[in-house]
Amino acid sequence: MKKSKAFLGYSILALVIYAVVQGMIMGGMIDSYYQNILVTMCINIMLAVSLHIVIGVTGQFSIGHAGFMAVGAYFSAIATMEFGLPFSIAIVIGAIAAGLAGLLVGIPTLRLKGDYLAIATLGFAEIIRIVFVNVDYVGGAAGMAVNQMSNWTYAYLGVIVTILVISNFTNSRHGRGCISVREDEIAADAMGINTTYYKVVAFTIGAIFAGVAGSIFAHNFFIIQPTTFNFLKSFDILILVVLGGLGSLSGSVIAAVFITFISAYLANFTETRMIIYSLVLILVMLYRPTGLMGTKEITQMLKFGKKGGSNV
Amino acid sequence: MEWLQQLVNGISLGSIYALIALGYTMVYGIIKLINFAHGDVFMLGAFIGFFAIARWDMGFFPALLLAMLLCAIIGVIIERVAYKRLRNATRIAALITAIGVSLLIEYTVIFFRGATPEAYPQIMAETSINFLGANISTKSLLILMVTIVLMLLLQFIVHKTKIGKAMRAVSHDADAARLMGINVDNTISATFAIGSALAGAAGVIFGFYYTRIDPLMGILPGLKAFVAAVLGGIGSIPGAMVGGLVLGVVESIVNAVGYSLWRDAAAFVILIFILIVKPSGIFGKNVREKV
Repeated sequence: MKKSKAFLGYSILALVIYAVVQGMIMGGMIDSYYQNILVTMCINIMLAVSLHIVIGVTGQFSIGHAGFMAVGAYFSAIATMEFGLPFSIAIVIGAIAAGLAGLLVGIPTLRLKGDYLAIATLGFAEIIRIVFVNVDYVGGAAGMAVNQMSNWTYAYLGVIVTILVISNFTNSRHGRGCISVREDEIAADAMGINTTYYKVVAFTIGAIFAGVAGSIFAHNFFIIQPTTFNFLKSFDILILVVLGGLGSLSGSVIAAVFITFISAYLANFTETRMIIYSLVLILVMLYRPTGLMGTKEITQMLKFGKKGGSNV
Repeated sequence: MEWLQQLVNGISLGSIYALIALGYTMVYGIIKLINFAHGDVFMLGAFIGFFAIARWDMGFFPALLLAMLLCAIIGVIIERVAYKRLRNATRIAALITAIGVSLLIEYTVIFFRGATPEAYPQIMAETSINFLGANISTKSLLILMVTIVLMLLLQFIVHKTKIGKAMRAVSHDADAARLMGINVDNTISATFAIGSALAGAAGVIFGFYYTRIDPLMGILPGLKAFVAAVLGGIGSIPGAMVGGLVLGVVESIVNAVGYSLWRDAAAFVILIFILIVKPSGIFGKNVREKV
C-alpha cells in the first residue's frame, strides 16, 4: 500500500518534470542549444544507470560500455536510414541488438573476475568498434549520416523506462541475487545462488539500455563515427557511476545531470575538463572510495516514501 | 623473403611491447594492480627523449638514459601519491584511480603543449643490411640490442641483487616479507621505478622507430602491452618478454596478409581467447581461490 503510494508520487513527479520542460520548449523558453543539452543529459543518465546495474548492483567491473552503446547506435541508425523504419521501432531494434551483444560478450567474459573482467570487456568494446570501422555498409571510419530524430520526449521516455526497469529489477528477487554476488561471490555461490546467471542477466540488461541510449545518441548528432565509441567514452560513463556512488541509482542520475551541465559549460576547454574529471576521480577514490552517495539512495536520505530503494 | 621481413618488423614492435609489458607484470605481481598509467609513462618517456634529442642535442643513448631516469622518478611519484594509500582498498577503487592517473597525465600534457603530434628527429642515417633477402634496418637491430641488454639487466637485478630478492619476496607474500625485515614500501617503489624506467626506454625506442609521437600515443600500446603481459602469464617476467614478442609478430602477420585495419583487434582477440582458455597465461601459475 505504502509502496504503491510512493510509486504514484514518483510518477506524478516524473510527469510534472516532463510537462514543465515540454511546456518551456513549446513556449520557446528553451532554445535548441539547451534542448540539445537536455537530450545529452538524458543519454548520460541512461548510460550511467545502465552501467550502474553492472558495476554498482552486481559488482562486475565492466569498462566496455561504449561498445554496447555503439551497437545500439549503429543498428538503430541502419533501421531508420536503410530500412526507413520509424524511430521508436529503431530504438527497440538497437536495444535488442545491444542486448544480444551483451549476452554474447557476457557469457564468456563473466567467468572472469575483477581486473581480468575489466580488460576483457574493454577488449570486446574495442573489437566492436574496430568491426564498425571495417564494415563499409555503415560508412567505415568516416561514419554514417543519420537524420536528427531524437527530441526531449523520446529521451525522457527512455530515461523513465530505464530507471523504472532497473530500479524494479534491483528490488526484485533477481536484484537481490545480484547484490549478493557483489557483496561476496563465494558466499552467494555457497547459498545456492547461480552467480553466473545473475551476472549475465545484469550485464545483458545493462547492455540493452546502453543500446537505447546509443539509439537516441545516434539520432541526435546527424553523424555517428566509430571513434566516438572508443574507450574514452567508456571511461566517461564510468566516471558518472563512480562519482555518483557505486551501488546508488539516484547517485548515478545526479552525477549524470551534474556532469552534463559542467561538460556543457566547459565544452571549449576539453583539456581543463578532463584534468578536473581525473583529479576528482582520483580524490574521490582516495578519500571516499564508495563514491559520493555510497550505496544510499536519495529517497533514503529524504525519507520520501517508506525506506529502501527508489521506485522511480 | 617477405615473411622474414615481417618477422623482423614484428620482433621490433614486439620488443617495444615486451619492455612495456615488463612494467605491467612487475607491478601486477607485487601489488595486484593494473597500472593503467603505465602507458602514459611510456608516452612521457617518448617526449622526454624527444626534447633531449631535438632541443638539448643529446645523442640516442644519453637521451635513452635520461628518459629512463626521469620516468623512474615519475613512476615513484605516481606510486607514492596515488597508489600507496590504496593498498588496502578494493580492487575496483585501485583500478579507477589508475584510470584517473592515466587521464590526468594525458590531459596535463595536452594542456601544456597541445595535442599535435611531434616528429622525432632523425639521428641515424637510414641504412639496412641485406640478410637472406630481407632488409633489416640498423634501427631494428639497435632496438633489438637495447631491448636484449635491458632485459638481461632486469634478469640480473631480479635474480642476483638484494632488491631483486626483496621484490620476489614481497610479490610472494608481502606480510611475511615485512616480518622478515624487508621494507615493503621501498621495495614496491623500487618496482615502480624499474618498471617505469623500462617504459621510458620503450617510449624513446618507439619514437626513434616510428618517428611520430603524440600525447595519446600511450593508450593503445599500453593496453596491448597489458595483453602481452596476460598472454605470457601476468606476474611472470619471462612471460612478459615472450608475450610481447608473440603479440608483435602476430600483429605484423595480420598486417602482412592484408588486414591492416584489423591489426588492433588482433591483440584483443588474443586477450579474450587466452583469458577464456588459460587465464593464467603461458608461464603463469594456477592460483586457487581461497575463501
